[in-house]
Amino acid sequence: MRISQMLSSVAGLAMIGATAATVARSADAQTIAIVGGTVYPVSGPKIEKGTVVIRDGKIIAVGANVAVPAGATRIDATGKWVTPGLFNASTALGLSEGNVPAQSGGYNDARAKGEKGIAASFSAWMGMNPASTFIAQTRRDGVTTAVVWPGSGLLVSGRAGVVDLAGESVAAMTVRGPVAMLADIGGGSESRAEVQGKLRELLADAKSFAARKAAYENGATRAFVASRAELEALQPVMSGKMPLAIDADRASDIRAAVALAQELAIKIVIVGGAEAWQVAKELAAAKVPVMVGAMNNIPTSFNTLGSRQENAAILRAAGVHVSLIGNAGGGENNFNARNIRYEAGNAVAYGMSWDDALRAITLAPAETFGVADKVGSLVAGREGNVVVWSGDPFEFASQAEHVFIRGVENSGMTREEELTARYKTKPPTYRK
Amino acid sequence: MLFPFTTHHERMTMRFRLSPLLFAFVATPVATRVAAQNAPPATATPAATAPAAPARVTTSPGAGALSIPNADPFPSTYKPFASRTTVIRNVNIYTATGPLIRNGAILFRDGKIAEVGATVNAPSDAVVIDGSGKYVTPGIVDDHSHLGANAAPGGFARTGANELTNPVTANVWVEHSVWPQDPQFPRDLAGGVTTIQVLPGSGNLIGGRSVVLKVVPGRSVQEMKFPGAKYGLKMACGENPMRVYQARGPATRMGNIAGDRAAWINAEAYRRRWDNWLTTRAGDPPQRDLGLETLAEVLRGNILVHNHCYMADEMLQMIDVAKEFGYQIRSFHHGVEAFKVADVLAKEGIGASLWADWGGGKMEMMDGIRANLAIVQAAGGKAIVHSDDPSGSQRLNQEAAKAIAAGRAAGINVSDEDAIRWLTINPAWALGLDDKIGSLVPGKNADLVLWSGNPFSIYTRAEKVWIDGAMLFDRTDPKQQWRTDFELGFVPANMGGNR
Repeated sequence: MRISQMLSSVAGLAMIGATAATVARSADAQTIAIVGGTVYPVSGPKIEKGTVVIRDGKIIAVGANVAVPAGATRIDATGKWVTPGLFNASTALGLSEGNVPAQSGGYNDARAKGEKGIAASFSAWMGMNPASTFIAQTRRDGVTTAVVWPGSGLLVSGRAGVVDLAGESVAAMTVRGPVAMLADIGGGSESRAEVQGKLRELLADAKSFAARKAAYENGATRAFVASRAELEALQPVMSGKMPLAIDADRASDIRAAVALAQELAIKIVIVGGAEAWQVAKELAAAKVPVMVGAMNNIPTSFNTLGSRQENAAILRAAGVHVSLIGNAGGGENNFNARNIRYEAGNAVAYGMSWDDALRAITLAPAETFGVADKVGSLVAGREGNVVVWSGDPFEFASQAEHVFIRGVENSGMTREEELTARYKTKPPTYRK
Repeated sequence: MLFPFTTHHERMTMRFRLSPLLFAFVATPVATRVAAQNAPPATATPAATAPAAPARVTTSPGAGALSIPNADPFPSTYKPFASRTTVIRNVNIYTATGPLIRNGAILFRDGKIAEVGATVNAPSDAVVIDGSGKYVTPGIVDDHSHLGANAAPGGFARTGANELTNPVTANVWVEHSVWPQDPQFPRDLAGGVTTIQVLPGSGNLIGGRSVVLKVVPGRSVQEMKFPGAKYGLKMACGENPMRVYQARGPATRMGNIAGDRAAWINAEAYRRRWDNWLTTRAGDPPQRDLGLETLAEVLRGNILVHNHCYMADEMLQMIDVAKEFGYQIRSFHHGVEAFKVADVLAKEGIGASLWADWGGGKMEMMDGIRANLAIVQAAGGKAIVHSDDPSGSQRLNQEAAKAIAAGRAAGINVSDEDAIRWLTINPAWALGLDDKIGSLVPGKNADLVLWSGNPFSIYTRAEKVWIDGAMLFDRTDPKQQWRTDFELGFVPANMGGNR
């Protein structure tokens, strides 16, 4: 079965998810007990000298008085910090390797051509290269789960998926997908009102298509603005099962997005949200989750004049559901997808509570993308995505000492580690 | 203190600018003195030996018209802001010269560091700040910035660092693109940055002259210029020029090097022509060429070369180009592969201006490793943390902290004191200003930062920042914070409260 065929229905995707879990767990399954550390389950208060037990890839017990099963591999975490694997909700991991374009022998699979600016059926994450060296180095620093997005730029740019950062195939890595549809609401080179008008027209057609499928198959409907596959892909959005992710910074654009969501009774997520703090009360009342950076304070355009580092803290104080995403600096973004923990630390420096900041890079994005039953917290039944840190995970001096993904600790040096080792003495040794 | 750091030469030039009439009367002597002031050391070039011959011109050209080395047509008009004698007590001090002083004190007065130690003698009129639990460092120096030239809010109107009309644009001076109302300046200051080098971009083989600025408000770039600072020359290796000039060339790395060598051949001929004329003053002076004039100043040792170069092999080639033409590369910028040639950089006395963790942006960035700075340090080189980024520049202390951790994780012993030097005295050296700034020793400029905690913690922020003894940023007092013209009305006022 070709991947494109599997993607033709949401049911097909659910099957991929099921296959994934089976594949990942067949090998290396064992029992691991992480003992003596300060455990931050995120879903509840921290546990001093706590124990986390993972068996067959899943967490089976978390607590202060948990017995270590016989035969378990014991990891002494005394003096260490134990958290869920970090969740970077804004990446394009595996869709390119260092921005090296195809004509230079590289690949870039983040963008669909689409038709009339519509690529709703484009499942960007399905094009991932699981062997990308950036995935390994991201994992090495305690990030176990990521949302992989299509590149923006179209009216509807495509669908994102949630993946765990280990596995030999996309199917094996996928936690759930699709989880969100990326849409534009204006603020680029085209008129806002026109963009929003086109989006409304597309969504109205998607609704009409669903109501008149039989007539459509018989050629008895008027022409819709998008093809069958695009309209089909939009159905989970129309039914409120999948959020429309709207990249919006200006306060008025965020308000327009909230109004659209209420008008059509759909779910949305605000991505970017430079001026979201100015709209905090409305976002809280409308229960719209927001994904913001913690290091942005430069008015890089007239859409981000109100950009400030207190953004996340102000939103949280108003009761908004906040995830932190990394979008400040860094050469190639996927290269530093590992740095999501520093967004959290900077958010704390600018007023967010430490607990909220950890939540914003673990459980909060898991909730936003409908995978909180699998990842984002240390609770029995969740995937065994667990990190043991030498200290406060937000601090530069701290290292991820053990990183488990579905109960497996990935061994082997990253490309960075190999380069470092090779050149510690000069001239280097070229043979290994 | 009207012009606290101006040299004799700068005052003369100033007078010329303020009073052309006066200048007309004293034209020839002034021009001669300017030449004398700016001539390179006697051993360097023929120009140094005999500028005294009377000019034979009958009219009175300005210094610039005579292409005098280091003629300063856009002189600094910076004036220090009002300062008070200040003591910070009970504070941990990273001096950038010795070990951390715990619970020490620092006194600064008249814009200069006066005393640093376990205790200081506080004059009765001094402002006394309790620094319990806090840290003082020298002001951070970012030797790779585009602030003002690539300004916020961006777009065509405010993107001015890359003159992509010719692969060699040694004739442009980036200061002419600097907009003092760039809202990125106050944010940089709030990150503890007190001195920056604004460089032209990297799209050209030779991008033009840099300018060294104090991060202070001003109506013109001249009001921000660091008095007495040398100019820099921006050069670039690798993929950027290749990409920009794919159609007309250079389209390859060999084309890049050929383009560099051709430029230096012209520059050397120009330098000889001019130095000869400055010696003999016979006949008409040669025709000025702004680009060759800048390159000739590099060959005379008066302008420092800052070379954008990612890859180890290219750095070694550029060192040979420099040797072929007799100039010195001051620092390689962005060198993500500096770790591969750290021994050579140390031996050649070339700085390495680096990011902590950037990489992967293109093929030539693929080998970026986070132990880069630590490996350069361990080899005895001049490691420098730079930004090339208005966001990163605000958090250079965080970048250094990443690099310390990476070094230690790789088994390289890096001290916190070493890392402070990456942010302060080493970049000051790269700019030729290590005698004035970059460390907390008596007599140096009172450029310093009071941090809320250890600067290598993610939770720490710059609390107060002084330049030449004047407090220009105080996080605890929104009224003391600089808002640019641009921000008024556009950026909500409360944004200034807590950058």
